Amino acid sequence: MIPAASAVQRPRGARLMVVDASGHVMHQRRVDFPGLVHRGDLVIANDAATLPASLSGIHLATGSPIELRLAGRRSLLLQHMDTFTAVAFGAGDFRTPTESRPLPPPFSVGDSLALGPLRAVVRTILEHPRLIEVRFDGSAQEIWEGLARHGRPIQYSYLADPLAMWDTWTTIASRPVAFEAPSAGFLLDWRLIDRIRARGATFATLTHAAGISSTGDARLDAMLPLAEAYEIPARTATAIDAVRQRDGRIIAVGTTVVRALEDAAASDGRVRVGCAVATLRIGELTRLRVVDALVTGHHEPGTSHYELLRAFQDDSILRRAIAEAERHAYRTHEFGDSLFIVHPRTASGTITTISDIRRDPLFGRASDSGPTAGHSG
Amino acid sequence: MADTSIRGLRIAITGGTSGLGLALVRQLIDAGAEVAFIARGRSGVERVCRERPTAHGIVGDVSEKNEIHPIALQVLGALGGLDVLVNNASSLGPVPLAPLADTECEDLERALATNVLGPFRLTKALLGSLAATARDGGAPLVVNISSDAAVTPYAGWGAYGASKAALAHLSRIWDAELVAEGIRVLSIDPGDMDTPLHELAVPDADRSSLKPPDQAATEIVELIAARAARAPEPEAAR
Repeated sequence: MIPAASAVQRPRGARLMVVDASGHVMHQRRVDFPGLVHRGDLVIANDAATLPASLSGIHLATGSPIELRLAGRRSLLLQHMDTFTAVAFGAGDFRTPTESRPLPPPFSVGDSLALGPLRAVVRTILEHPRLIEVRFDGSAQEIWEGLARHGRPIQYSYLADPLAMWDTWTTIASRPVAFEAPSAGFLLDWRLIDRIRARGATFATLTHAAGISSTGDARLDAMLPLAEAYEIPARTATAIDAVRQRDGRIIAVGTTVVRALEDAAASDGRVRVGCAVATLRIGELTRLRVVDALVTGHHEPGTSHYELLRAFQDDSILRRAIAEAERHAYRTHEFGDSLFIVHPRTASGTITTISDIRRDPLFGRASDSGPTAGHSG
Repeated sequence: MADTSIRGLRIAITGGTSGLGLALVRQLIDAGAEVAFIARGRSGVERVCRERPTAHGIVGDVSEKNEIHPIALQVLGALGGLDVLVNNASSLGPVPLAPLADTECEDLERALATNVLGPFRLTKALLGSLAATARDGGAPLVVNISSDAAVTPYAGWGAYGASKAALAHLSRIWDAELVAEGIRVLSIDPGDMDTPLHELAVPDADRSSLKPPDQAATEIVELIAARAARAPEPEAAR
């Protein structure tokens, strides 16, 4: 698989690999995603907008150039806007793959950082020389203005051109709290959301401060994902309860949605409303209490994204899916093709909907095709 | 009546340091709204912030594509979400006004960038937040400030009139399309007002015949209050 090298959120010809509840692998067009949604399902996306979280500047004690990538905050409450977890890099920019970026100078607590118009102080050295907690000086308004003027989206060395903020906000982007784009949501546009509703499904959102996907530092990458703040609106929790009662499925758009919902889930599958911080790491042994299916990007084994897929399907099935993706040259990473994966506990209604997909014109509003669109649950 | 519906609404206003925009900032702040306003000049922004310290002033130029997200980021950072966006910032095009035959291409481009592309881009960048408000049970609204020059072909008002006509039509189409999301988009003609923009256009106008911007602002505040009071259950939240 190769990374998608241009920052187009919905490229023509984007593909969608489907791994259904029984582990069968099928190949679809991504624009046909609504055809995989059943009447009564609930599709939940992450509506976080993406901060320009990359800040270049100087470590004042040594005069060394650094790049700070904001990576986490204590909560989504407005008053927690001044203190962030951050990953620091030494000299260089995104043209250098992160694996080859030098370490930043050694930090001490109390060190000052000059980041364009922003000033920050190192508050804590965390479990890795690149990982620190910083606090910005100034009022919330000054911090927002500094980020808006000086911050750049976190860049990816596999892309041909630098990302602009236009490239990183999803169609539904709302509160700017994500550090990297919740990129599974790139597949959504308003027409597609309309087609999901036309299937008789519900669309809802939560807000999850998606953190850094990769740092290029093996020891640090092994710590990912870091703690991530999120908020679940009351109406989304209500919609989850309603879907459960009618045996519909919960379909997560993006791994961040899985993490937030499962972190907020009680043992009976009800989710806690409001602000919290996700510390749950989802993997092979995680029993999913809320989410039945996931649409996400393609990611290589070893990444935290891939680990999360192991909660949905067996390794043997995932290996087959990876082999299929290699054979069909699926494109990976943020702007690549998509993967729809269904947990085996859900009813085997997936196959019957494939014929509906073929009937949908490419950009037409999905016809609600009656009984075949439903499923017996 | 208006005040109770306005209290707590999160409202962003472009062109908030003079004319109608400034009158809106003052009235909405005084009615208890959370207001973020945008203008190009830092000194003007600071002046309004001194006058109304609870207003969030943002320096930015809506006619520049690359300033849209920095503006949207600061609006959402300040307000935490958005109920109402007022696209009020306007460019006259050529100053003094000129017939189309004498209008420089760049003057027409500037009018279109400020009066059409700016509102389009800023609305697009903030649409996710407006839709989130609707899903949460609110009644989001976009108000685009238009003009009778959008309808009547006044000689000399070509760049301005054509751009406002485009904005008015954009508003109508957007309003029709966004029904399913529970978002209204309205184009409002506030009438001929006694503002700095009007003075640029018609320096020798009889000012007593012009509407005070405060009066036009009051009408728009009432419209916002009426919309907020309705706050219908959006289809999007079914």
